[in-house]
Amino acid sequence: MDTKNIMIVGVGGQGTLLTSRILGGLTIQAGYDVKLSEVHGMAQRGGSVVTFVRYGKKVNEPIVEEGQADVLIAFEKLEALRYVHFLKKDGAIVVNDQRIDPMPVVIGAEKYPENIIEDLAKDHRVFRVDAIDEAKKLGNSRVFNVIVLGLAAQHMDFTKEEWLSVIEKTVPAKTVEINKKAFEIGYNL
Amino acid sequence: MKGETQVSEKVLMLGNEAFARGAYEAGCKLSAAYPGTPSTEISENIVKYDEIYSEWSPNEKVAMEVAIGASISGVRALASMKHVGLNVAADPLFTVSYIGVNGGLVIIVADDPGLYSSQNEQDTRAVARAAKIPVLEPSDSCEAKDFVKYAFDLSEKYDTPVIVRTTTRLSHSQGLVELNERLDIEDKPYVRDFAKNVMMPGNAKGRHLFVESRERALAEDGYDFPINTVEYNDSKIGVITSGIPYQYVKEALPEASVLKLGIVNPLPRRLIEEFASKVETLYIIEELDPIIEEQVRSWGIEAVGKDILTVQGEYSANMIKKAIKGEDVYIAKAAEIPNRPPILCPGCPHRSVFSVLKKLKIRAAGDIGCYTLGAVAPLSVVDTTICMGASISSLHGMEKAKGKEYIKDWVAVIGDSTFLHTGLNSLMNMVYNKSTGTVVILDNSTTGMTGHQDHAATGLTLKGEATYSIDLEELCKALGVSNVHTINAFDTKKLEKTIKESVGLDEIVVIIAQAPCALLDKSPVTKQYTIDQDKCKRCGMCMKPGCPAITKKEDGSIEINDTMCNGCGLCVEFCKFDAIKSVKLK
Ligand SMILES: Cc1ncc(C[n+]2csc(CCOP(=O)(O)OP(=O)(O)O)c2C)c(N)n1
Repeated sequence: MDTKNIMIVGVGGQGTLLTSRILGGLTIQAGYDVKLSEVHGMAQRGGSVVTFVRYGKKVNEPIVEEGQADVLIAFEKLEALRYVHFLKKDGAIVVNDQRIDPMPVVIGAEKYPENIIEDLAKDHRVFRVDAIDEAKKLGNSRVFNVIVLGLAAQHMDFTKEEWLSVIEKTVPAKTVEINKKAFEIGYNL
Repeated sequence: MKGETQVSEKVLMLGNEAFARGAYEAGCKLSAAYPGTPSTEISENIVKYDEIYSEWSPNEKVAMEVAIGASISGVRALASMKHVGLNVAADPLFTVSYIGVNGGLVIIVADDPGLYSSQNEQDTRAVARAAKIPVLEPSDSCEAKDFVKYAFDLSEKYDTPVIVRTTTRLSHSQGLVELNERLDIEDKPYVRDFAKNVMMPGNAKGRHLFVESRERALAEDGYDFPINTVEYNDSKIGVITSGIPYQYVKEALPEASVLKLGIVNPLPRRLIEEFASKVETLYIIEELDPIIEEQVRSWGIEAVGKDILTVQGEYSANMIKKAIKGEDVYIAKAAEIPNRPPILCPGCPHRSVFSVLKKLKIRAAGDIGCYTLGAVAPLSVVDTTICMGASISSLHGMEKAKGKEYIKDWVAVIGDSTFLHTGLNSLMNMVYNKSTGTVVILDNSTTGMTGHQDHAATGLTLKGEATYSIDLEELCKALGVSNVHTINAFDTKKLEKTIKESVGLDEIVVIIAQAPCALLDKSPVTKQYTIDQDKCKRCGMCMKPGCPAITKKEDGSIEINDTMCNGCGLCVEFCKFDAIKSVKLK
């Protein structure tokens, strides 16, 4: 198998680290070599953050480069747009339909682009979910990222059982049930 | 390493976690550090091993000296820090190079090519060369663990502290690691050794000779160190590299012959000369400064390096392909869209203080921490950022240079952790040298920027044990500042009044603006705010402090995002039309 390249992008504080941990657990459980690159520190304070996950027979480089990503998982739509050039021609974008204004937009210096998802869909396979809304229905908006992950799982090579068993091992014991439910919602979209 | 029993399946570990594991397996008994991205998680993982005493020290110099003391007493000891932390610890570093070790002494230093979370892009190898200390450089999590163990062995064998250099990419990448048992290392006996441990001039002269011969021995013996590896493939392209760039080289130039250096100071000259003689074109691929390249060229060996590669930022496989093979790698253009720089969180107490300073049109000599973000729009009240502690001393410098009237619209702002790190000395200097000026300590009860580490004024140790909590107010008074006020950081009225009065005085005033970091409180939010659209005049005043939870929609209406608002209420004070209402949550 060629090395698979996954990117998780979002806004610092959105919980990208939990998702990359779940993905990491999944790939080693399946017996792959894997490297994951995360962002800690300053950017975690509301900045643009990106996590790279690469798995396969033998992985050297820990980062995904332009034009190489098989799946781009975006927790926020402006971030999907920011990193879309990392996607392979036939790659898939899984995007949470949420808008978080960056500071230049908040202060009125720049405009938040309109119709991001529609524009992305012109050249790419785009799968959208309003995960915050779905998570609120579940009673905890914080699990939105696992809903997004569930949707992404449709485009990756692991079984639902494999996903669920890793989620069980990765999230805090008290939140296992709600996270599993969240995953199912995304997976069945 | 040979002869050890493997105790588990391979596990996925962050580079920094693997460093901690390496120290554990090496039988290390003490670890001291001050947090700093990207090195922080080393200590945060070491704390899991009860066999190792571990602490947050107030700064890197202290951490280094704690580790040196442990080494002199005969145990294996570790200090870890970010690259600029090594500057703070440079004084003990340069002399412990002469003293050497009793128990092994390893210092892990994390560089930050690409400046993910730092104020400069310095190269630790240059500092290590100046201090004549060996440097090892691992290239993945697995080596991170193994090289720390090897570093302890080298340290004891050659009587030298050893630096293990990492970079953000290695420290913050996860890779597979095989775990081994902890080695049972016996403490070395302590024997008084005047000539070695007392660095007075006469003794230091002798030790300097030793350091020079140690460097020669390491350079010579490096030929056989197993951490240096040679892969001969096609002889057309030969690459000398180390650390993370090795991974990019393997990806970009699978056909090349590669000399991967595990030790990058001192360089194993014979090994390099031998490799160079067997390849047609020699490339040297190293992030940041041309440390290897300049030395290799000085030996009369032709090599290509910084003439085609940059001294800035991180490398990548595509970058190397392009530079060396001239390959036109596919790089689609990034969309031209608004940037997303880091910002103060919703509910951050720093925002409250800065909004008052902005209202009073006061400038701030700044420092390093989350509050550095007070320098960017819309707050834009922080005018300078240099290094930890510099806010107070640079304000003092202005006062001395231009007089006390000149700084009447200035204050110094400094975080609680930074104040205890080095700000204390600066305040002492203000008192001693009869300065005037207002110092605002932004006391959010934690080291926020680096991810919430405790310090000497939080009442908890790295291990989470309760301890004495230094009272910042009493501390400032003890230094001789009599005018000290502790104020709730969200009490903007009192802050405004006190700051206004203080900057007018011809004396030193310290204002401790206190409120815990918004991220410290993990309990669910119980109160939020929303906008009463009937009362809202859309004037945008509530957006002045730059809270990311408040946004203006396309139609001009203003909205508070209910997934972000944490109920701090700062915006309410800015609304003249009583249009922001609180909502109680279950
Ligand atoms: C010499 C040095 N050591 C460590 C760091 C990393 N660092 C940046 S800011 C900071 C401290 C932040 O804590 P505090 O002053 O309490 O401010 P806060 O972030 O909580 O607002 C640290 C440790 C650094 N920049 N320089």
